[in-house]
Amino acid sequence: MTTDLKSPGFTNQSEEELGGRWGMVIDQDLCTGCQACVAACSMENNVPFVGEDDAGYGRAMHWIRIERLWEEAEYPEVKMTPFQPMLCQQCHNAPCEPVCPVYASVHSASEDINLQVYNRCVGTRYCGNNCPYQVRSFNWYDYSDARIRPELTTLQNQFNPDVTVRRRGVMEKCTFCIQRIHRAEDKAKSEGRDIIDGEFTTACAQACPANAITFGRLDNPESKINQLTAAHPSRADQVHAELGTLPRITYLAGGV
Amino acid sequence: MTSIAKPFARPHAEEHEDPREHLMHDPLPRGQMNEMVMEAMHATSWKFWAVTTFLTLLVIYCVGYEWYVLIMQGQGVAGVTRPDYWGVFLVNTVFWIGISHAGTFISAILRVLKVESRRPFTRAAELMTTFGLIQAGFSIFMHMGRVWLSYWMLPIPNERRLWPDFHSPLMWDLLAITTYVLCSTMYLFLPLIPDLAMARDRSTGWRKIFYRALALGFRGTEGEWKNLTTAMNIFAFAIIPVMFSVHTIVSWDFAMATRPGWSSTVFGPYFVVGALHSGMAAVAIVLFILRSTMKHYKYFIRPEHFNTIGMLMLMVSMAWAYFYFNDYLVPWYGGDKWDKLVQEYTEKGPLAYLWFTMLICNIAVPWLLLWNKKWRQTPWLLAIAGLLINVGMWLERYLIIPVGVTITRNPFTWRQYYPRIEIPMTVGVFAFFLLLYMLASRLIPLIPVWEVQEGQESHTLRKIGKASVPAISELE
Repeated sequence: MTTDLKSPGFTNQSEEELGGRWGMVIDQDLCTGCQACVAACSMENNVPFVGEDDAGYGRAMHWIRIERLWEEAEYPEVKMTPFQPMLCQQCHNAPCEPVCPVYASVHSASEDINLQVYNRCVGTRYCGNNCPYQVRSFNWYDYSDARIRPELTTLQNQFNPDVTVRRRGVMEKCTFCIQRIHRAEDKAKSEGRDIIDGEFTTACAQACPANAITFGRLDNPESKINQLTAAHPSRADQVHAELGTLPRITYLAGGV
Repeated sequence: MTSIAKPFARPHAEEHEDPREHLMHDPLPRGQMNEMVMEAMHATSWKFWAVTTFLTLLVIYCVGYEWYVLIMQGQGVAGVTRPDYWGVFLVNTVFWIGISHAGTFISAILRVLKVESRRPFTRAAELMTTFGLIQAGFSIFMHMGRVWLSYWMLPIPNERRLWPDFHSPLMWDLLAITTYVLCSTMYLFLPLIPDLAMARDRSTGWRKIFYRALALGFRGTEGEWKNLTTAMNIFAFAIIPVMFSVHTIVSWDFAMATRPGWSSTVFGPYFVVGALHSGMAAVAIVLFILRSTMKHYKYFIRPEHFNTIGMLMLMVSMAWAYFYFNDYLVPWYGGDKWDKLVQEYTEKGPLAYLWFTMLICNIAVPWLLLWNKKWRQTPWLLAIAGLLINVGMWLERYLIIPVGVTITRNPFTWRQYYPRIEIPMTVGVFAFFLLLYMLASRLIPLIPVWEVQEGQESHTLRKIGKASVPAISELE
């Protein structure tokens, strides 16, 4: 193991100043709650169907979900919150990382995102417990195994070959479509250039019909997400920023 | 060498109780005590075998078969779901580690403090430590999603240079519990050697071979006793910090997390006291069962010993109540809204009856039952109090783990947890503990005869004027 002398511990740079590499801006005023992102993410990342019973028991494994809360009141006066797509916030100081005993929940130093090594996971589920956003999903059964669930035999044809199919007993989570990031990086490298902002996007952002989700580079001040954040300073907010997790997703608050 | 130490018991001057009520002042010849213990070990009625068979079947079904189903199908057959990723299996883990604290407390701390009434039941308590830790280990493995890969948590050198993450509280847990298992097993074994040698000299057949192998050729020479006493002294002092650290570290699994209701600095001492609370209560239950089922044990385990345990139970219950209150002070002063929500859910939510049951079992029962010496000396009453306290302590862990984590910082995911396969498997784990204990009671001399005899030799009744005063001479 070599020591990374550029890591924040060895320089005067604070972790807040690092800024991250990939980020996302979600405009809650634009989100219509259509769940297209949920479907697109499931297709792109081989997220399994858990079936009616388990979904009803809270075991739906979507890496992104549309959250909506309301205050208890009689029908016309019900106050709804704006739709909030919730996915892994790719924290820089992720609470899920240090609690894993086997380094299955790791930080990618090059991409500055949080990744799960499926075949290293032993299923202690500490990371899921420690995530303030509750965006990690656990494979309670062999949901994708057609030998156990024959109804999946034909559905297996639509698996994305770039993404692992997970087995029972491992934790999984949003990866910011790491397979797309790597493909774009490889292409840019072969063409001898840097990745252009907007050259590719995640499945959820691609599918969003209202363009509520924008994915891009955080380290480029000209990028679209940085411009969006700068254009709406009063609305830009991060979820549970008070915990010091340094999330990489900025929400533009809706309904204000 | 002989000096008058503190009197063995401090009877009130007006009571004039008969010193012969005390085991230490009612000596029997060594040979007779040996025979009594051997006979108790050999005596097996049809009831013993009936219960053993029933427990074996229960263990085969509830631990063997149900665990097979759990492993082959996945954790989905358990009731855990988001956000209750941790369920009854970890409740059982913490519970059994708590039970295991009693043995160390009684045999190490009371030995170091020279509490004389500990002598006949140190072994019974130490055995609880070892068997409790076995159940805790089983419960941890039941909880893991891919238990067949659990050895990845061990720092084994491998060609990929993958190493466990020592930042993780689970790794501290693993190290602490492994240390505790090793220490407590050795500490169980050391005082057992003279008794195994005694059993070796008095048995034939397969038992002779078994005891000869375990007694390590102990003959009882001066040099052997000196070495053994030194080793036991070292272990008695060394295991005390291990005991305190292990449950502190178990509590850090929760205290180090970012979950509201968990990240509390008082968890360490609070968990240790809770462990002693359930452990003491479990000792009372075990002693009651041993006394009423084993032959001749009424001579060794007497109301005075229940009195000692009763006092410890009452004291620990008061300490637990103090720490439980402390656990409330932090959120009250902190004013964190999520902590407050967790508290409200625990006390007013749909499972509030568990909270009230816990308070009644852990505080009301010991405080109302154990203040009276007569009641403390009633074995069955103490066993009932012990049972209720253990119910309360199990519920306390249940309230901390699956009920506490129902409230997360993300209200969208709030969801009530219901145990499924956890219920039979919990029954199986408890049955496994009882089965191991029952088998051990016929294989291991549960009364440390040499320790009882050592105590009896050092206790004398001294005539001071007309009164006879109990006195102890220090053997060391």
